[in-house]
Amino acid sequence: MTQPRRLPQGGRIDRSRELAFSFNGRPLQGYAGDTLAAALLANDVRLVARSFKYHRPRGIVGAGAEEPNALLQLGGGGHTLPHQRATQVELYAGLEAVSVNGWPSLEFDLMAINSRLAGLLPAGFYYKTFMWPQRFWGRYEHQIRRAAGLGRAPMEADPDRYDKTHVHCDVLIAGGGPAGLAAALAAGRSGARVILADEQAEFGGGLLGSREQLDGRPATDWVKAAVAELRGLPEVRMLPRSTVFGYYDHNLLTIAERVTDHLPPGISAGPRQRLWRVRAGRVVIAAGAIERPLVFGNNDRPGVMQASAVSTYLNRYAVAPGRAAAVFTNNDSAYRSALDLLDAGVEVAAVVDVRLRVDGELPARVRAAGIAVHSGYALVDVQGGKRVEGARLMALDSDGRGFSSAYPVGLRCDLIAMSGGWSPAVHLHSQSGGKPRFDETLAAFVPGTSCQAEVSVGAARGCFDLSGCLQEGFEAGAAAARAQGFEARPGAPMPAAVIIAQAPMMPMWRVPSWRGVKGPKQFVDFQNDTSAADIALAAREGYRSVEHVKRYTALGFGTDQGKLGNINGMAILAETLGQDIPSTGTTTFRPPYTPVSIGTLVGRTVGDLFDPLRKTAIHEWHVEHGAEFENVGQWKRPWYYPRQGESLDQAVYRECLAARRTVGVMDASTLGKIDVRGPDAAEFLNRVYTNGWTKLGVGRCRYGLMLGEDGMVMDDGVTARLADDHYYMTTTTGGAAHVMGWLERWLQTEWPDLKVYLTSVTDQWATVAVVGPQSRGVLAALCQDIDFAAEAFPFMAFREGTVAGVAARVFRISFSGELSYEINVPADYGRHVWEAVMAAGAAFDITPYGTESMHVLRAEKGFIIVGQDTDGSVTPDDLGMSWILAKNKDYLGRRSLLRPDSVRTDRKQMVGLKTLQPGFVLPEGAQLVDDPDAAKPVPMLGHVTSSYHSPCLGRSIALALIRNGRQRHGDVVYAPLSDGRIVRAEICDPVFYDPEGARQNV
Amino acid sequence: MKKYSLFSLARNAFSHHQNWQPAWRNPEPKPAYDVLIVGGGGHGLATAYYLAKEHGISNVAVLEKGWIGGGNTGRNTTIVRSNYLWDEAAQLYEKSLQLWEGLSQDINYNVMFSQRGVFNLAHTLQDVRDVQRRVHANLLNGVDSEWVPVDRLKQMIPILNVSSDARYPVLGASLQRRGGVARHDAVAWGFARAADARGVDIIQNCEVTGIRREGGQVVGVDTTRGAISARKIGVVTAGNSSVLAAMADLRFPIDSHPLQALVSEPLKPILDTVVMSNAVHGYVSQSDKGELVIGAGIDAYTGYGQRGSPHIIEGNLAAIKELFPMFSRVRMLRQWGGIVDTCPDACPIISKTPVSGLYFNCGWGTGGFKATPGSGWVFAHTIARDQPHSLNAPFSLERFVTGHLIDEHGAAGVAH
Repeated sequence: MTQPRRLPQGGRIDRSRELAFSFNGRPLQGYAGDTLAAALLANDVRLVARSFKYHRPRGIVGAGAEEPNALLQLGGGGHTLPHQRATQVELYAGLEAVSVNGWPSLEFDLMAINSRLAGLLPAGFYYKTFMWPQRFWGRYEHQIRRAAGLGRAPMEADPDRYDKTHVHCDVLIAGGGPAGLAAALAAGRSGARVILADEQAEFGGGLLGSREQLDGRPATDWVKAAVAELRGLPEVRMLPRSTVFGYYDHNLLTIAERVTDHLPPGISAGPRQRLWRVRAGRVVIAAGAIERPLVFGNNDRPGVMQASAVSTYLNRYAVAPGRAAAVFTNNDSAYRSALDLLDAGVEVAAVVDVRLRVDGELPARVRAAGIAVHSGYALVDVQGGKRVEGARLMALDSDGRGFSSAYPVGLRCDLIAMSGGWSPAVHLHSQSGGKPRFDETLAAFVPGTSCQAEVSVGAARGCFDLSGCLQEGFEAGAAAARAQGFEARPGAPMPAAVIIAQAPMMPMWRVPSWRGVKGPKQFVDFQNDTSAADIALAAREGYRSVEHVKRYTALGFGTDQGKLGNINGMAILAETLGQDIPSTGTTTFRPPYTPVSIGTLVGRTVGDLFDPLRKTAIHEWHVEHGAEFENVGQWKRPWYYPRQGESLDQAVYRECLAARRTVGVMDASTLGKIDVRGPDAAEFLNRVYTNGWTKLGVGRCRYGLMLGEDGMVMDDGVTARLADDHYYMTTTTGGAAHVMGWLERWLQTEWPDLKVYLTSVTDQWATVAVVGPQSRGVLAALCQDIDFAAEAFPFMAFREGTVAGVAARVFRISFSGELSYEINVPADYGRHVWEAVMAAGAAFDITPYGTESMHVLRAEKGFIIVGQDTDGSVTPDDLGMSWILAKNKDYLGRRSLLRPDSVRTDRKQMVGLKTLQPGFVLPEGAQLVDDPDAAKPVPMLGHVTSSYHSPCLGRSIALALIRNGRQRHGDVVYAPLSDGRIVRAEICDPVFYDPEGARQNV
Repeated sequence: MKKYSLFSLARNAFSHHQNWQPAWRNPEPKPAYDVLIVGGGGHGLATAYYLAKEHGISNVAVLEKGWIGGGNTGRNTTIVRSNYLWDEAAQLYEKSLQLWEGLSQDINYNVMFSQRGVFNLAHTLQDVRDVQRRVHANLLNGVDSEWVPVDRLKQMIPILNVSSDARYPVLGASLQRRGGVARHDAVAWGFARAADARGVDIIQNCEVTGIRREGGQVVGVDTTRGAISARKIGVVTAGNSSVLAAMADLRFPIDSHPLQALVSEPLKPILDTVVMSNAVHGYVSQSDKGELVIGAGIDAYTGYGQRGSPHIIEGNLAAIKELFPMFSRVRMLRQWGGIVDTCPDACPIISKTPVSGLYFNCGWGTGGFKATPGSGWVFAHTIARDQPHSLNAPFSLERFVTGHLIDEHGAAGVAH
């Protein structure tokens, strides 16, 4: 028979749409509107999981986010999803669910041996053992790891898309139950921008699973009307399937919307999930409350459920989770479940109530229905293994800490509906910075003082009557809107519920164990197998802080984050330590409220969108001409331009020789460019660069070094003076953003008196560097309004003119040691000018070259690259650049250059290196030593910062930082390589080529 | 101290675990001690342990304002390695790593130190230069280290995305096989238990509110549980170092920032090593429980609130998804924040101070956990002898005056 536990009528399911699904390969049927858990229960599936540690059989306990056991793996391949809480998975046709923690099968699990060994596996057992022999830990650990884990990660990349939305709203309401709906109505009617988010597919919260009446009609009718009205309000946004999971500073909240998770995988075109980042004016938390379990012997057997979950399955899903039920409670609310069971035709064997006197209205109705109520009794044990087969109860003594009867009596049942009272969902309040306080009457933590613009209402505040929830929600919604400047507008009043007086509950954090320490395990945290005895053990061993107990016993560390067990656990700890619950406290509630997919948090920032990808205006030309690219910062830079069959080395050889012999061309657009303007611009440059700038004439360029406050080289570049109060600064490619921030920081925080204005213009200009003896000819062919004669346009000068028909700034500067010109044009003309240069240079066999050749050319000249030849520990003097340190002015970093360590004479200094074998190119990063045979740690002299084969010298060259290196020219040092080879090299001057600098001055 | 072993576990099983001793006593503070350690995190507890063990000084109290191990010790991502670039740092962390290697046995508490290797990925040509430089330096310093080219990396970590089409393709990695992870809480508890067994008083819920001095000599502290005298006081209060320094009218070059981390839901074994990337900025390992343990860089602003901004986590997870695309459908279970004290050169201060008898151990930034035993070992030496050990002499306060910085975020770049 299909769906044997399905009730013949009722529920919010669509019986016309039968959905086939499977569990552990077994084909089953459910209905549209079911959760996976409801459908499993309808099919009388009790055993759904094995516990983490003992592999005890476990069933469904709850009906919502608090479910600790029913964690199933859904689907396969790239679509598989681990850890799905069956109580929150909407059933769809073809859903395949498997349980994860049983081997070889869920029914027959060999790892259940752990349950027999439980005596050896108390809380923290692993801290006390697996220490001998020392080298065996890896093997022990391998087995531990195999046993752990509750799901399997997909082995393929995620086929789904994820979105993010950023919004502001006046009022965000977390939770769409009665209080949340009422708040939304009040705020929405006022015209405020309202977001109402609820984790379920349908709004209505607990009302969907209850038989409450409002104004004499089913409460769900009111829900329907309220939702319809809200959907009609233009400024109200309704987000079903959306969990408000994080509450951060300044009322920033995050919501995970499950857009298409309820559909079979692969059929939808939309994103799987969407992350909402909401900046809310006011927040109304209407997140409800979670019913606590009771802690008694074998309370983890499949068939022991929250009483409210039993009602939900009966009323909302028309599923009877058992045939004969026992209700075990310490409060009145579970009596509703007894009545629900009775009305659904399920036998109620008894209600067992720990309270000595039970005389509320609901118990009276239950008694009137002929159900036995055992007051002053507690369940002490559950019989059965893979499903509940019965329970035992005993009479409690007057204070509930012992028994007045000697032996338990049995009770036949296959379902136990338990209620230990209710815990308001204070999670978001706590995340917002609030500190929950303990309410003795409710025996629960309730929200404390608000730290941000938030308020909790309804059950989330500890209000458990329906009329009160509606009223509180309505008032809070109106108040929130009013605080945002929206006046309440009239609308239908909140309906009235029938008020049923509830008698006080009696805290019963742990049922006394009827056999003392030998009694059956009383579970507090089902998922992590944390028992009451584990908590007592932790306390006994000195782990007295609630945080220690959590960490020692794993209480609340599961994927449910202790929604069921934490409060019980803390109270048991308080009892054990003989202190009150408030001074024991809670652990910190951390985001997320329920787990959130990593993909959802990432959104679309994957692949090419992981980081903005910057391309120069000439990029496509490089692609078309076969360039290989290098990532430099966010930029893609041409690395080299291999011709057919050429290797990197061959291409670089050809490119370098072209630049030295005829002419080369390089895209230098990625250099950072900062427009510096203002009457104090020269003074500003004087402060940020080590050298002087006041005497630089208009039309001239100068190279500058910037130091950090520690005196270490931070960045370099050439800056040109365009006008008296106008400079054009260049920075390194990778350092541009940092330099911009650095300069702004000084201007804004330290030197607000300087009249200087900075604009980043990196992207506005394209730069084409034409390099080589024939570069003058190329430029002259393209530009008629600049005189390129050596004396008319000398080295380190700049001219404005028209290049290839485009207004351009041309700089005669050189990073290669050759005659060279850098043409700067507005970026939109970059490719045009580049192509014009290529055409004009064709006569000279102009050769494009990339960053690798650029590196070789500059290394031959001993020019540094900041970040490659420096590492934040190098002073200008270390680089042999004392000439650039002005003596008669102050500049950033100057003071640090006077510190004892900066003036040491044996600092690491920039030198050249020539390997004794001229053909061998040292690896960059190789360390240099005097004695490669010395015992470790081997004293190191320094390291190779740059190393290449030099085409024009026909040998290898390298730059290195070596201790006292300038005094050691001619010495031979050793480079012991990681592969065991030891390479000898001679220290030399770092300028290998054209030391006089004649070639750039022609 | 009754020894922990499989046998003691079995013996106690017969008595239903009713007879275990407390791991440490819960004593009332005495009026005076020889040495006070302020801060009951891993470093402070290790300091107390090594004071007793190595220097015979056991009239020691560890004063903790909350519960031991409740600061960064209990919040970090548990990575242990010693592959630092500079000689000074490499030697200090290597000493620590050597202590880790026998720590469970030494303190008879399984800290689950698991040498599953640590990979530091290189994504750009400059990354490759930096990583290879570090590998060469490590080897000469006696620190195990190797360069792993990308094809071998793919074999060693099959789920790592090494596609050349990635935004920042992986070009290779360094590997320190002796690196790994440890169980962070166990480190604090194990040191506490071992120190307690040697006579150290561990006093929780005891916040230091003032540092008493007489003529340039420290003489004691004021606490929420009364005044306590001592002529030697070691302060190890990561996240609050500047606050404690101010109590002695000292100012340190320290910025305090939030640092966040997170874990996923527990998975069956999928990643058996530690993968760190500085360029895309994320690091991940899998705990014995099965959770992916994930971290990244600090929040940019300074502050003492132990919470961070969500965009940091989002950026961090984007990096993780770049490296491991299949983790996209795995869910974040829990995220949290701590406060790290950062120094300008990304290296700690383990030092005497201008106040005689007052010592500070702070400024570990984001990477202090790995140093726990070594830090305690050298700090105990510094306090006991009133002079630094050669291993921590370079990490004195004076370096900020002389300029002898040990800049570990330059070339090595791996600050965690």
